[in-house]
Amino acid sequence: MTTSPTQSPSPVSQKNARWGSSAEDFSAFLGTMGPIAGLFFVVASFAVLEPRTFLTLDNFQIILLNTAVVGTAALGATVIIISGGIDLSVGSNIALCTVVIALCRLHGLSPTAAALLGIAAGACVGLVIGTLVTWFNISSFIVTLGLWGAVRGLAKRLAGGSEISTPRSWISHLLQMLPPGQRWMLLPPGVWLLLVLSLLVAGVLRYTRFGRRVFAIGSNEQTARLCGVPVARTKLMIFIFATVFAGIAGVLQFSYLNNLGDPTTASGYELNVIAAVVIGGASLSGGKGNVFGTLVGALLMTVVGNGCSKVPRLTNADQDIVTGAIIVAAAAFDQFRQSRARAK
Amino acid sequence: MPLFTPDGKEESRLRMEGVRKRFGATVALDGVDLRVDSGEVLALVGENGAGKSTLMKILSGAHSPDEGKMFLDGEAYRPRDPLEARRRGVAMIYQELSLAKDLSVTENILLGMEPVWGPFLRWPEMKRRAADAMAQLGRPDIDPNVSLGKLSLAERQLVEIGRAICVGCRVLVLDEPTSSLTQTDIRHLFQQVKRLKERGLAIIYISHFLEEAREISDRFTVLRDGRSVGGGPTATTATSQIISMMVGRSVDDLYPRSARKAGEMVLEVKHLAGESRPVDASVTLHRGEVVGIAGLIGAGRTELLRAIFGLEPIKSGQVRVAAYVGPASPARRWAEKMGLLSEDRNNEGLALDLSIADNLTLTRLSWLVNPASQATDSRRWIEKLGVRCRSPRQAVRDLSGGNQQKIALARLLHHDVDVFLLDEPTRGIDVGSKAQIYRLIDELACRGKAILMVSSYLPELLGVCDRIAVMCKGRLVRSVAADQTNEHQIMLQATGAMETA
Repeated sequence: MTTSPTQSPSPVSQKNARWGSSAEDFSAFLGTMGPIAGLFFVVASFAVLEPRTFLTLDNFQIILLNTAVVGTAALGATVIIISGGIDLSVGSNIALCTVVIALCRLHGLSPTAAALLGIAAGACVGLVIGTLVTWFNISSFIVTLGLWGAVRGLAKRLAGGSEISTPRSWISHLLQMLPPGQRWMLLPPGVWLLLVLSLLVAGVLRYTRFGRRVFAIGSNEQTARLCGVPVARTKLMIFIFATVFAGIAGVLQFSYLNNLGDPTTASGYELNVIAAVVIGGASLSGGKGNVFGTLVGALLMTVVGNGCSKVPRLTNADQDIVTGAIIVAAAAFDQFRQSRARAK
Repeated sequence: MPLFTPDGKEESRLRMEGVRKRFGATVALDGVDLRVDSGEVLALVGENGAGKSTLMKILSGAHSPDEGKMFLDGEAYRPRDPLEARRRGVAMIYQELSLAKDLSVTENILLGMEPVWGPFLRWPEMKRRAADAMAQLGRPDIDPNVSLGKLSLAERQLVEIGRAICVGCRVLVLDEPTSSLTQTDIRHLFQQVKRLKERGLAIIYISHFLEEAREISDRFTVLRDGRSVGGGPTATTATSQIISMMVGRSVDDLYPRSARKAGEMVLEVKHLAGESRPVDASVTLHRGEVVGIAGLIGAGRTELLRAIFGLEPIKSGQVRVAAYVGPASPARRWAEKMGLLSEDRNNEGLALDLSIADNLTLTRLSWLVNPASQATDSRRWIEKLGVRCRSPRQAVRDLSGGNQQKIALARLLHHDVDVFLLDEPTRGIDVGSKAQIYRLIDELACRGKAILMVSSYLPELLGVCDRIAVMCKGRLVRSVAADQTNEHQIMLQATGAMETA
């Protein structure tokens, strides 16, 4: 940059800037506070209703265990949704990964190699989605609606129509309750993995060119094109990047299922994943979303499921109703916040 | 029978007195007085952010005023919602038309007030009324059965006006009606406005184009900072006087032009042809030079810039940027230090929901991004261009049109491009911002940058450019020095009336 500012900032503009950045901070703060307030409300409600079964350390560990798979998959979905796309095939993809890992184990591969191949299988699905979306210019909704069935079918065909059980390995410990001797870890390794991956994705979104381009494409693809962003290549990268997380979620699910390759597992997870991202403050029209919100969203969904199962009067059906109400309430709150911000 | 106000004057069709409106801490309107009589066209002028749109939203019932009175034919008027305003006979024609593209002309005109028989539409009557409205607007040839999507922008606008007169409106508000019309369509629109005026409608005409506002209006009212600061009969007021009322100071030197010297050639376009437009365009651009491209809408000016920038396919011809020849893509052009300012700020130029900082730095991100330095870089441009905003992290959507345009321009400055392709750089922005952009263009040219600029506003092209090329039906052959041509001659060339001279 050769130009230098011609004038030093006036006191007024400096003051405005300071006041203004706190206004921006406040709006962002409200955006993250919504889901957190929701989470606290739900936790508090169940704590009052069923303090003895809900409010235990073991139960919190179970909640976190149950959050790990959807949470990990939702990290990838956050990136896709910010870019204005969607992935309906993520549940099927998780199932495919468990099957691939199981098959690799049966063929004598090491657990590490099997896990990596499982993740690679997930990424391959992303490659297919990305290619179809960019080459043929089909919306990701349609492409992944197709793959939702096709990938599930592929998993079933590979598994030969039944579950595949495999011998124990280190993968088994990822997402199981901690044995008494390992309490020093505080949380199961899979939950730690989710936290580390969250930091990674948050960092990628905020501190890399790729991440900023994801926001640009989601906010206005035409602008991105005008600004020289290689839109097609970036979209392809987005789907591969995101489905790697579906693959990792597959590894966790494999562990959660006790080393089982199950082609019918994780069915319906795509909706939980999308709900988590949306509750976290992302917009399905793209350009908005954040990892922290997604984690809170995923946690909120699990807490509702877990809590409802602890209250004797509540059934599965009630759980569905509560979950649905929360999703709609989250979207309504976000809309309200935005319209207020705009009216200012 | 004429009505009278308490002080004995004849009652106006519409009168607004001391209208005030605040949004939170912002005072949008701070005492506006306005009146328009039956059979009169009032031009409402003012810079962006002066409060014109808030005032019109109050008039149309979208907002309610905090203070002040409004009278329609002497009766108190305070609409609760746009529907009530419409029923009372106040109709708005916005810049962005509010029509359903897939419905027919008839359905659009009668939308929301279809004559019915029980649950059934009375189609013959609907068609008769729609055809009648279009005939009143001098276009009986528009088939009421055709779907709106098949009509041109100008025709759609007439349909919208037809919708207003179909409900029997008494006050018609036209908000920037000519911004995307061709000269011929503007002429036709003006004829219709005059006819509506003769039939006794009161018309409020909002426009940035002062010449047009002068031509069509009987009186004018100037808004500045939410107040009505002046007005009078248009015929006896000089344009410069109106402008000084708008900006609160006199704009003596709207088009600054320092002594500049053209340097080496940085852009050479030879016989460029795209898919449909341009057909055959050649132009050269040197460092330290501002070249303007004039022409009618649809002549292919925008397409020419986009083809040069790699946003639209090139069928034949050659583009050379400095020493580079070869296939074009936006990424490549940015790398060659060329930047394009889009004519369509909302849909292409800016990602409205992203922050100022993100919009500004998008072309120039390194592999790792530091948000703090993004903000620092943005602050520098915000200060240099005098952008009114809270912080670099504010969403671009919140800014006014002029400030948005400054951000879009700042992207090119931040990238430090050498060749600026500016498509309608002052469209839809206020006079103050315009003057600033003209000064900036001059400053850039003096520093040896090259600027190729498309504009539909001829005084601007004549004032800012060194050379002007006229594009007609996709063809652009030669350019002339700006001081050797005039508006009349450019219009002749643009309309194809004068092939070569």
